[in-house]
Amino acid sequence: MSDRARLLLELADDELILGWRNSEWTGIAPFLEEDVAFSSIAQNEIGHARALYELAARELGTDADALAFDRTLEEYRSAPLVELRRLEWARTIARHWLYETADAVRLEALKASDDPEIAGLAAKMDREETYHRIHAEMWLDRLLAAPEGRTRLEEGLRELWPYALGVLDDELRPVFVERVRARLPFELPEVEPVPRGRHEAELEELLGEMTMVRRSAPTGARW
Amino acid sequence: MIWEVFRQERKGQPFVHGGSFHAPDGAFADAYAREFYARRQESVALWIVPREAITAIEEFPDEFDLKYRRVDGYSIKERLREARERAGTASSDGAR
Repeated sequence: MSDRARLLLELADDELILGWRNSEWTGIAPFLEEDVAFSSIAQNEIGHARALYELAARELGTDADALAFDRTLEEYRSAPLVELRRLEWARTIARHWLYETADAVRLEALKASDDPEIAGLAAKMDREETYHRIHAEMWLDRLLAAPEGRTRLEEGLRELWPYALGVLDDELRPVFVERVRARLPFELPEVEPVPRGRHEAELEELLGEMTMVRRSAPTGARW
Repeated sequence: MIWEVFRQERKGQPFVHGGSFHAPDGAFADAYAREFYARRQESVALWIVPREAITAIEEFPDEFDLKYRRVDGYSIKERLREARERAGTASSDGAR
């Protein structure tokens, strides 16, 4: 597999798995308005995943559904950060903010890519991600503004920090670390990143659920 | 905090009340309004206003029944029909 296809699959898998995780809040988010907004963000992420899989599929001679649903656990390239199941709101916001901050660094690099298809798609995704970042930032401010929110957010950020460091490669990671440090009113520890390529136990369960319809109707489900 | 939303469907059209939602501050209200009233490009502009900023007026006394201030009871349709008859231009259904 080319470096290009591998890169596209990393991005696509991150967006698909995070979109799935975020959609687990649909119906049970802290309040109705947030339920709609967060579900919409989840849908956007899955839309980005589809566009990225389509680009990779053209190169690999397959289709987006096959890449999204038919690979084995080991073939997924997602970062462990997005695989974790953390159905607790402060941790969800901690992950959302860490991911969006890392993703912004990654998209900036991709927008400058020599590959016009990748640069174009990155620019298109970034126009939606802008609103995800606004959403993540407003929640960060909201949680930081009250003692309970700040405590819970800080716990979540500390827990997820090693995972967040694993989203980007060695080249882009320092920019991300610098932005996180500049934004937070407390320090995060110096830790080793949890690298991409190995998977959290929760991913297997998620893939089982995510591919259920696909496996039950191998010739294709139609609605 | 409750926010009221007024949305404009096309440039030049009046803003029409679209509904209301809860948001703790202006930043949240901005994000939610975009989601609820413009995500499908159904609005070209939104006004979002804290409900408490709206002055509601609901009582309009009319103790002396000043009918001459109102436009109801004055049938333009009837007047028009009569005028057309006088001019000899009335159509068969009487409505034109």
